[in-house]
Amino acid sequence: MEPLGFLEIVLRILWQLMPVWIALVVLFVVSITYKRKLGLYGRLFDSPIGMIGFGLVMFWVFAGIFGAMDLIVTHDALSQISGMKNKVPGTPLRAPEEGQYAWYLLGGDNLARDVFSRLIKGAWIVVQIAPLATLFAFMVGITLGLPAGYFGGRLDTFLSFLANLILAFPVILLFYLLVTPEIVDTGVPAYMAIVLFVFPVIFIGVLLNSRYHTQPKVRTPLLIGVLGVALWLYLSLVSNGGWLIDTDQLRLPGLPRFLDLFDVPANILVVFVSVVFVNSPTVFRIVRGLTMDIKTRDYVAAAQTRGEGPWYIMLWEILPNARGPLIVDFCLRIGYTTILLGTLGFFGLGLQSESPDWGSTINEGRKLLSIYLHPALPPALALLSLVLGLNLLADGLREESLKD
Amino acid sequence: MGLFILRRTGVMLLTALCLTFIVFFMTNLYPNLEKLAKSEGDMRMDDQAVQSWLDKNGYLQPLPVSYAQWLGVLPGWTRETEGGVTGRCFKGTKSPEEAAQEPRFCGIIQGDFGYSTVSNTDVNDVIWKRLALTGKLMFWVLVVMVPSSLIIGVLAGMREGSRLDRSLSTVSILTTATPEYVSGVVFIAVFTSSAVGLKWFNGSAKSAMDEATLNNFLLPVLTIALYGMGYIARMTRASMTEVMTAQYIRTARLKGVSFGNIVLKHALRNALIAPFTVILLQVPWLLNGVVIVEALFSYQGFGSLLVSAAGNNDIEMLLAVSVVSVFVVLITQLLSDIGYVYLNPRIRIS
Repeated sequence: MEPLGFLEIVLRILWQLMPVWIALVVLFVVSITYKRKLGLYGRLFDSPIGMIGFGLVMFWVFAGIFGAMDLIVTHDALSQISGMKNKVPGTPLRAPEEGQYAWYLLGGDNLARDVFSRLIKGAWIVVQIAPLATLFAFMVGITLGLPAGYFGGRLDTFLSFLANLILAFPVILLFYLLVTPEIVDTGVPAYMAIVLFVFPVIFIGVLLNSRYHTQPKVRTPLLIGVLGVALWLYLSLVSNGGWLIDTDQLRLPGLPRFLDLFDVPANILVVFVSVVFVNSPTVFRIVRGLTMDIKTRDYVAAAQTRGEGPWYIMLWEILPNARGPLIVDFCLRIGYTTILLGTLGFFGLGLQSESPDWGSTINEGRKLLSIYLHPALPPALALLSLVLGLNLLADGLREESLKD
Repeated sequence: MGLFILRRTGVMLLTALCLTFIVFFMTNLYPNLEKLAKSEGDMRMDDQAVQSWLDKNGYLQPLPVSYAQWLGVLPGWTRETEGGVTGRCFKGTKSPEEAAQEPRFCGIIQGDFGYSTVSNTDVNDVIWKRLALTGKLMFWVLVVMVPSSLIIGVLAGMREGSRLDRSLSTVSILTTATPEYVSGVVFIAVFTSSAVGLKWFNGSAKSAMDEATLNNFLLPVLTIALYGMGYIARMTRASMTEVMTAQYIRTARLKGVSFGNIVLKHALRNALIAPFTVILLQVPWLLNGVVIVEALFSYQGFGSLLVSAAGNNDIEMLLAVSVVSVFVVLITQLLSDIGYVYLNPRIRIS
């Protein structure tokens, strides 16, 4: 078969991405039709910058999701096909089998794997980990930042000192200290996971309790139900193979295996923990600053006069009024987390070397960069466009939220 | 002011103590020590042999004690054996008389960073040379990054919402979205590879360690500078737009001062206070970029030292690298705090 020309490669890639285009068009048409009823999200579609950013972000989200459903990818991201090593984009397979896609659309990498399929599979890894890790970092930052800003005093001094301690750590050094197999053996990341991941449970518990504690009839069943599910998820997340901590010195039994909903592979958990750990002090500082600003407002004084508890005021008066800057920072921070994940992959920390995530792929591809460009450039540009999209989205959101 | 500096320095030292203790704890965890024993002694050592090797070399003391020895506030350990005395502060076995001549304290306070087990040299011999190389890189990064980002920020911020502002802001968003390992890869691909064929620059900065030229040093410098540039430019822009709406600028405008004069003489000084602190706080982030760029362009500075020390389980070297980088971060934070107070008359005088 003939190798594909440039135009043909582009057309075929666009065709492969068809599910993404359909999903994007549907999303945009629905959102623009109902934008007046959708609050801040709807107003995003008034700003061209925000719309471009949102489009870029959703492109990769849909690409990741459909890629995980094996809709877009042309080949298996991990398997090698003989004769395709370092082949340029558009090279046909030597002997395509029945039903196999006959070309490597973006060429093959140095292990003869399809660059295009790895790119799409890599998007799924980023789309899964980055927002979730950012969300956890926000939970930690909010749960600690609100009381630090609201109560002030010793608590504030202590927590701020801790936050500054982590912030003074060069990120790369922290990664090298945390994400090595030896450290994983000692169980330090497992301890950190146990501590860090409990914050969302605390957050949800306090959030509901402070709202409904005056109505015990609603509160008690609600708390039991919600906290039960949250604790179950928490235990499933931190316990691995029936153990919370499984080292030579200490073994802590965790959730029995038949109750364990999902097992996060140990290396992914370490990556997740370190990214949350690095991000949460910054969130803490932002939330603390916002809280100190908002607690002087009249509506807080009114709530205090009404006799509301401090946690009610923090979570139901201050937090909703701090949402604008927090949403903007959330978008920026997902981008930053994406960059951090790429850095981890780039140094071969945590994720397996055959993993198709963008950082690892860039790292693989850069070794032959002076001869072959196609393995390294697509993931680099993909990462760039996703982070750019998130930054533009944050900019659009900031512009729109400042309008009122 | 004096009290402020004193208090900040105190907090800084406390932070440094905590951080070095954490690093010390993490690097001296048992699996790391076991690996060290096996690589230094024999790969096939059993657990007993590992234990005795570690004990012989003073690694099994309680953590606070060995931390204090490493710091140099407790005398280094000595151990009497049949052949003589071994100790932390000297190499090999010596007779008791000779051992008594050696210094009793040998920690980082005394300026002794220990011995690198991988390269078989004193850490001191390596680390300062590497730091100087990275200093050279950092210097040129700052020379490129600071003026260009300030100019971009001021130009964008002086007329908010103009076309110039829009395009410069887009450029700065683009640079903040480009981490070093992306821009570096793109630069290498476009300017150095034989596949594109431009070959304007050198893809490796190895020769820049002895003699930096435009040819071998521009790409690494540009790669680091680009990522930090957008952030500083946006900060400058924000602070500039705020100043440009102030009353005294309007007064000057109404008095008929030309626009150029207003920007240069009236607005600029006030607008640069906030970016100043941001620039200093960027230095720790540059450290991140330095590690990536040094790996990408094979420039053997401080960052590649960090990577190799961490990768080869070179405990003393890694500790020294961490101490130095933690101090760089803390000192820049201190300087930015002091500088902010000093530059801002509203805080300085009250």
